[in-house]
Amino acid sequence: MYKIIKAEFIATGVKSFKIEAPLIAKKREAGQFIMLRVHDRGERIPITIADSNPEEGWIQIIVQSIGKTSMHLNTLETGDALHDLVGPLGRPTHVDNWGTLVCISGGVGTAEALPIASAGRKAGNKVYSIIGARNKDLLIAEKEMSLVTDGVFVSTDDGSYGRKGLVTDVLNDMMKDGLVPNMVVAIGPLPMMAAVSNQTKLLDIPCMVSLNAIMVDGTGMCGACRATVDGKTVFVCVDGPEFDGHKVDFKELGTRQRMYKKQEAESTKCYLERMADEAAKGGN
Amino acid sequence: MTKRTKPTSHNVVPMKARFAIPRQDMPEQNPTKRAGNFLEVNLGLTADQAVIEAQRCIECGNPTCMEGCPVSIKIPDFIQLICNRDFAKAAAKIKEDNSLPAVCGRVCPQETQCEEVCVVGKRFEPVAIGRLERFVADYERLHPEEMSTESVVAESTGKNVAIVGSGPAGLATAADLIKAGHAVTVFEALHEFGGVLVYGIPEFRLPKEILRKEVAALESLGVKFIKNFIVGRTQTVHELLNEEGFDAMFLGLGAGLPRFMNIPGENLNGVYSANEFLTRSNLMRGYEFPDYDTPLYRAEHAITVGGGNTAMDAVRTSKRLGANHATIVYRRSEEEMPARNEEIHHAKDEGVHVMTLINPIEFIGDENGFVKSARCLKMALGEPDDSGRRRPIPIEGSEFEIPADMVVIAVGNGSNPLISQTTPEISTNKWGNVVTDEIGRTSMKGVFAGGDIVTGGATVILAMGAGRAAAEGINEYLKTGEWV
Repeated sequence: MYKIIKAEFIATGVKSFKIEAPLIAKKREAGQFIMLRVHDRGERIPITIADSNPEEGWIQIIVQSIGKTSMHLNTLETGDALHDLVGPLGRPTHVDNWGTLVCISGGVGTAEALPIASAGRKAGNKVYSIIGARNKDLLIAEKEMSLVTDGVFVSTDDGSYGRKGLVTDVLNDMMKDGLVPNMVVAIGPLPMMAAVSNQTKLLDIPCMVSLNAIMVDGTGMCGACRATVDGKTVFVCVDGPEFDGHKVDFKELGTRQRMYKKQEAESTKCYLERMADEAAKGGN
Repeated sequence: MTKRTKPTSHNVVPMKARFAIPRQDMPEQNPTKRAGNFLEVNLGLTADQAVIEAQRCIECGNPTCMEGCPVSIKIPDFIQLICNRDFAKAAAKIKEDNSLPAVCGRVCPQETQCEEVCVVGKRFEPVAIGRLERFVADYERLHPEEMSTESVVAESTGKNVAIVGSGPAGLATAADLIKAGHAVTVFEALHEFGGVLVYGIPEFRLPKEILRKEVAALESLGVKFIKNFIVGRTQTVHELLNEEGFDAMFLGLGAGLPRFMNIPGENLNGVYSANEFLTRSNLMRGYEFPDYDTPLYRAEHAITVGGGNTAMDAVRTSKRLGANHATIVYRRSEEEMPARNEEIHHAKDEGVHVMTLINPIEFIGDENGFVKSARCLKMALGEPDDSGRRRPIPIEGSEFEIPADMVVIAVGNGSNPLISQTTPEISTNKWGNVVTDEIGRTSMKGVFAGGDIVTGGATVILAMGAGRAAAEGINEYLKTGEWV
């Protein structure tokens, strides 16, 4: 069992977990992920490592409640434990001194962009962050990001915080102000990464994306996570998770992410019904 | 391997009469019923059947059956013990050479190994050695109180060995090394032990409970098992050898990289590698979704491409998940299929269709990106190829389409690149397989390898044989420290 040292909500439906994992903490580099199972009938899901502390022997992950497994995971508290945890997996982020690096992130992707921004700055880059969120309540890691970058820009879909609009609008504004990135890293929901990849392709700015694909083992054994990059099939778990955004077939990946939409809805419904039953029993 | 003297005969049947005894049939679950459940198909011989079958053995002076066994089980010896109804001793006898008899009795291709060279089989049907092995292994599991508690573990040598991978190769190596008195730790990347035995072979052919018992037996001998640990990532080969105090290492990583066909439409939703489909079903128990969280398709027209045992496992699984049309699509003829005859027959009995001499050239999707059909070409057989089998040649203009709302690609596995990526001093060949000498030594001092990672996809028992050979090599190395 893998003990949760600290669990706390950091935004609506978004929880941060520090998990005891001394070996993974020692090895882990920016961009890598773990696979976990919440319970003994659970599925294996990949989650990017947001932070780690080799001295104290923990890793941190950020989880947004979306489906059954993430909802269940987000009921766990400090002192609870995960059933299974393995890693670190995937190739680490390639960080270089490009000049000016802009990290664009959305949703929990911001937590995952944080170590890359930090590594980018250590490598000598000027680093800016653009964070997108649906609304103010869902915004995470703005403060942490400001500590490791030269500037943070926020956009929300509803204008409840920062600029109203999309991250691509912010990038446009930036460019108009004369700030031209030499490198863009985009991490977040697929439509956002696709939009940023499109935009940067037109602008001829290199763009790296961190793909989130459905995985089973996470070690290259099953091929569930295959995607098409530059016309070739890759396995996101061992060949990635980071790829040249200009070459990713986002449409195919989007379709593949929806492969189990029906089953996921069924699973979530069963889970919520069971929780409601248990709550009703508990109330008696 | 222990020395052997000819066993005492307990066979009361006169020699000539033995030939008249019919080979005992394996009782099995009714095909129609079993096509709708995941319970084991073969039910195992009864004790009386086992004794009758054992009495068919003619006790050859030169038992060729043993030479046909990759781990050299003392077959005539355990058969005589069965004749004497001494089932517990028969089990112990097998265990001297094979740590996983309940597994091998179920999944070994005996018809091309021990039973192929059985002398009785030259004129009659061979002695059903596999069924007997399974019978005594099951007897042992059900009657632990009858088993000898005498320790089989030698005095401690003070040496530490790391085994990477808990599949058949790793488990066989672990068994031999723990008996030789070394401390043994098995590292497994997944959350359950058994490698391909747990993620690849379905419950209906190898119940997972049996595997867990076999692993527990090794644990009780002192083998330490660590799950969720990826050698190369969690810790490297170097760290284990230099910092964690391991004196030697065995790599039994398996052939864990699925091959695809590289044809259009292969990334459509509903197209699986056999590894993924079987892992979702076997390891993750997707067939019990939503009780278990991992989803798995239930298709109407499920096709599986390939003709090996893995293809049979996949197609039979798709049938059990409710496919009305579960079909094997194979590019050669049935004669060339690498799958065991028993598996092909079982599949057909369960209602699986077998389409031979056709090959898919494209998968076609619906408007939502889900596979709906396969475009195929008819094939003809030409001259034999490198494998000795006749090469399939496409017939021009023979294209046709078959409905397929699920496709499983079971055309083999390459080797997993993780260790060679993280440990470049371990030499690999052009297929990515680890290169070893005949006792399993790799190009890195102290590191041995065996099983599918060395040979490419093969059988459980060959992997176990390689593991045993490497265990001997490791014993020698730990004694002398020599690596020449």
